Amino acid sequence: MTTTTAETTVTRGSVGTPHTRVEGPEKVTGTARYAGDIPYADLAYGWLVLSTVARGRIRSVEAEPVLRMPGVLGVLHHGNAPHLESDYVGLLGVRPDPASVVFQHDRVPHAGWPVALVVAETSEQAREAAETLVVHYEEEPHDVAFHAGHPAAYAYDAPHAPAEATKGDVEAELGASALVVDEEYSTPEEHHNPMEPHAATARWDGGRLEVVDSNQGSMWVANELARLFSLDPSSVRVRSEHVGGGFGCKGVRAHQVSAVMAATVLQRPVRVVLTRRQMFSLVGYRSPTTQRVRLGADADGRLRALEHLSLNPTSTVFEFVEPGASVARVMYDADAHHTVNRLVPLDVPTPTWMRAPGEAPGSFALESALDELAEKSGIDPIALRVRNEPRIGPLSGLPFSSRNLLACFQEGARRFGWADRDPRPGLRRDGRWLLGTGTAGAFFPSGAAPSTAAVTAQADGTFTVRITAADIGTGARTALCLVAADALQVAPDRVRVRIGDSDFGQAFIAGGSMGTRSWSWAVTAAARDLRERLALDGDIPPEGITARSDTAEAIGALAAKERHSFGAQFAEVAVDVTTGEVRVRRMLGIFAAGRIVNPLTARSQLVGGMTWGISMALHEEAIRDAASGGLVGADFAGYHIATHADVPTIEADWVDDTDPDDPVGIKGVGEIGIVGAAAAIANAVWHATGVRHRSLPIRPDRVLLAGTGASGA
Amino acid sequence: MREFDYQRVTDVSGALALLGDDPDARFLGGGTNLVDLMKTGVERPARLVDIRRLPLDRIEAGEDGGLRIGATVTNSDLAAHPEVRRRYPALAQAVLAGASGQLRNMATVGGNLLQRTRCGYFGDVSRPCNKRVPGSGCPAIEGEHHNHAILGASGHCVAVHPSDMGVALAAFDAVVSYETADGPGELPLSEFYLPVGDTPHLETALPSGALITGVTLPPAPVAAHSRYRKVRERASYAFAIGSVAAAVDVRDGAVHDVRLAFGAVASRPWRARTAERTLIGAQAGAEAFAAAADAELTAAEPLPHNAYKVTLMRNLMVAVLTELTEEAAR
Repeated sequence: MTTTTAETTVTRGSVGTPHTRVEGPEKVTGTARYAGDIPYADLAYGWLVLSTVARGRIRSVEAEPVLRMPGVLGVLHHGNAPHLESDYVGLLGVRPDPASVVFQHDRVPHAGWPVALVVAETSEQAREAAETLVVHYEEEPHDVAFHAGHPAAYAYDAPHAPAEATKGDVEAELGASALVVDEEYSTPEEHHNPMEPHAATARWDGGRLEVVDSNQGSMWVANELARLFSLDPSSVRVRSEHVGGGFGCKGVRAHQVSAVMAATVLQRPVRVVLTRRQMFSLVGYRSPTTQRVRLGADADGRLRALEHLSLNPTSTVFEFVEPGASVARVMYDADAHHTVNRLVPLDVPTPTWMRAPGEAPGSFALESALDELAEKSGIDPIALRVRNEPRIGPLSGLPFSSRNLLACFQEGARRFGWADRDPRPGLRRDGRWLLGTGTAGAFFPSGAAPSTAAVTAQADGTFTVRITAADIGTGARTALCLVAADALQVAPDRVRVRIGDSDFGQAFIAGGSMGTRSWSWAVTAAARDLRERLALDGDIPPEGITARSDTAEAIGALAAKERHSFGAQFAEVAVDVTTGEVRVRRMLGIFAAGRIVNPLTARSQLVGGMTWGISMALHEEAIRDAASGGLVGADFAGYHIATHADVPTIEADWVDDTDPDDPVGIKGVGEIGIVGAAAAIANAVWHATGVRHRSLPIRPDRVLLAGTGASGA
Repeated sequence: MREFDYQRVTDVSGALALLGDDPDARFLGGGTNLVDLMKTGVERPARLVDIRRLPLDRIEAGEDGGLRIGATVTNSDLAAHPEVRRRYPALAQAVLAGASGQLRNMATVGGNLLQRTRCGYFGDVSRPCNKRVPGSGCPAIEGEHHNHAILGASGHCVAVHPSDMGVALAAFDAVVSYETADGPGELPLSEFYLPVGDTPHLETALPSGALITGVTLPPAPVAAHSRYRKVRERASYAFAIGSVAAAVDVRDGAVHDVRLAFGAVASRPWRARTAERTLIGAQAGAEAFAAAADAELTAAEPLPHNAYKVTLMRNLMVAVLTELTEEAAR
């Protein structure tokens, strides 16, 4: 759609009009090369060997027989691996995941822990040798059973998220409330499984380490590899041009670290690609949660007390919190407010950020509880939210930069036909199907992090943007092209955007829905600077003119405010209580997400998040086996995600959400689409059947048993 | 990956000769299950004999109303065949309820009958499994068994057979034909799968080295009014958690003839003969259907997490029979 002609002189308005991906033709014709595709001379292949026990020590690794197998070049394990330095805190304020700091000791803290890397001339030889490698363990008893009330649970202060936030006296306000909701909710272990598995190729080139990778931030990965291997940061280059999905799991992982280690030991290029099954234990996941929500309200629905407690398991070697309880700190006010995130360490892999960490499971519990309060009070679920809409941050007391949640509900209600809804459950039928509708609110923080960018004006009238951004399938490259074009006042086809190369300098990752906001800020600053310089001096030398930006200072100067995107989710479902089948018939999401850069890809992001919400509500669940401590059916046959047939018409749109005081106005749309989606579906299932489902996924057996009054499994 | 030999054959005798009595050799049909199992290490054959080019890809509609289906007929062709759709609509529906379009284009009738269970423990070579490694144990009984057997299982194995097609074939008294080096043979589907007992690794009564050549469906006028309904954990591309193939002929309000088979409840497609016997002569209606379902399911021995299947199968059977009788009455 980038059809503007070259004669155009001053061009604005690229931002806000739909553009197909600038790299689209490469992707759909198969010429786009992903990390595992790029050929290298003399390439060797590494294959990871993972522990089969859930806790214990490695007694021995029988490398000798494997080293005699065809093509095998080496076996790296804790007995011979080079030292890695892991005592540091990275860009995101946390230590590296211990599963990525490979082969440093003989302890096994969970099933699927990396114990060795077999390197061979071909991938097939490496795999066969890895599957042949015998590792002896001294097994110890393990505990992988997660449940509310686990005795080892404790409150945990995560970076940027204190465990506990409180105001007022919850017990007193509950006691004075006319209406009380007190329920437990649970969500299962869920896995982000990007289509493209993790893949990295590492090689030393003239004293420089070069890694071609699939990640969410090449500078992030480069800096951490430099720390791990005690290298000068400038001697590490990481590139990641195309990425087939990230969702939070593509940071520093065992594949890059073991590839670098093997390339260093063997002094030749080494590629490590994870299998789907390996991804289920090596790249993090969303931990299960159990949550308790207590709401106390006056008869008119005004909240007097709001308590949300969330518990999730983490590994014994890393404290990762899935902050489900934090949602309430932004969404709703109450006279007394109490939210706590707690952890329990188990012998399981370390969880990580997965699309809307905290908000996705937390909104399921909180937005379900709101619906239960609506039911109890006889107040319409949207009217109940209007009644409890805060003017300032409920806990922080800070103003909102913009808060258009009610506008989302209003527009959503209009388009969904909410006004005609009979609130009574279990009344509508279409053949064997009971029909119902539900709604839920959503928010996601809108942050920015310091980034640098360079924009070069070339003598031929074109421009090149260089920034260590990552396009993990979101359309970020295209968005930055439009942002740069507007800032330069040229047509987008005169702008080339180069990303995914740590040599372009420090920039934030594609994560936290902060990428496009953070990068656009840096690109805009550099482009404006460049335009000013070009205005002063019209002649462009052969090497071009480059302007650089660093947004650290500007971001530091941002006023303290509650900055978030908001949204309203609507769902209609059909439920057959005689078989337990649940089908979503339609969904609508209306969002207030700041300035929308590219409506085409933004809508795609939102629809993708909502689709994942269907998956979360109805399908996704990893089953951890108590006996072995590992997962059962850890592949796409066993771990169900929504198929096309499960995904009906999904509409996503947005309301005006401008903030004149914000220097970029962009908020980010990567995560908010999943927030509240599962609650809207669960609330619709209640409306259809009259039965509350407080445990996800809403499986057929649960619906069937609930329908007959038996207890859920 | 382990290397293996691959040979393609074009006639049945050649296939049998190539396979011989080599326990490490396998016939390769569509490969939609065997190749997956080779990737995960569950199957590690030394030799593959590709039988897709055998002249067994025809469906013959007998003048008596029956069908003979060649072993290498693809699932797609089976489901699309006009006589299959006319004479045994539940069979076409069952096939279309399985897998995906791409898989159905590859999968064959013979291979479908021989596909292995999707039990997660069977599919993971790091875990015990009596079916994969006899005597190693069955972790599903104490572990994950949401989608395991409620009928005909044993303390050694509770896995279910994954086929949809097989459920319809079981309802319509299919007979499996095979060829061995010593000559041809036949097995009614009811005798094709062995009881689980303490030998869950022995799945079928096929003689060693035998090649399935086809499936014969005897004439069954009742089957012309039949249905397959499958319940699964998502709308498509998932194995059943319960399914029913049913055909019923009601005359003057009474059940004259009925066929019923269940899927995803046992180590084989489960012909519900007790329910059928209970129904013959009974006044057609929800009450009789429920009583017949209960009669069949009294034999159920559910585990803690699959007890829902008893209710599910009862509801499904009643719903499908009710639908069929109401349609016939119109």
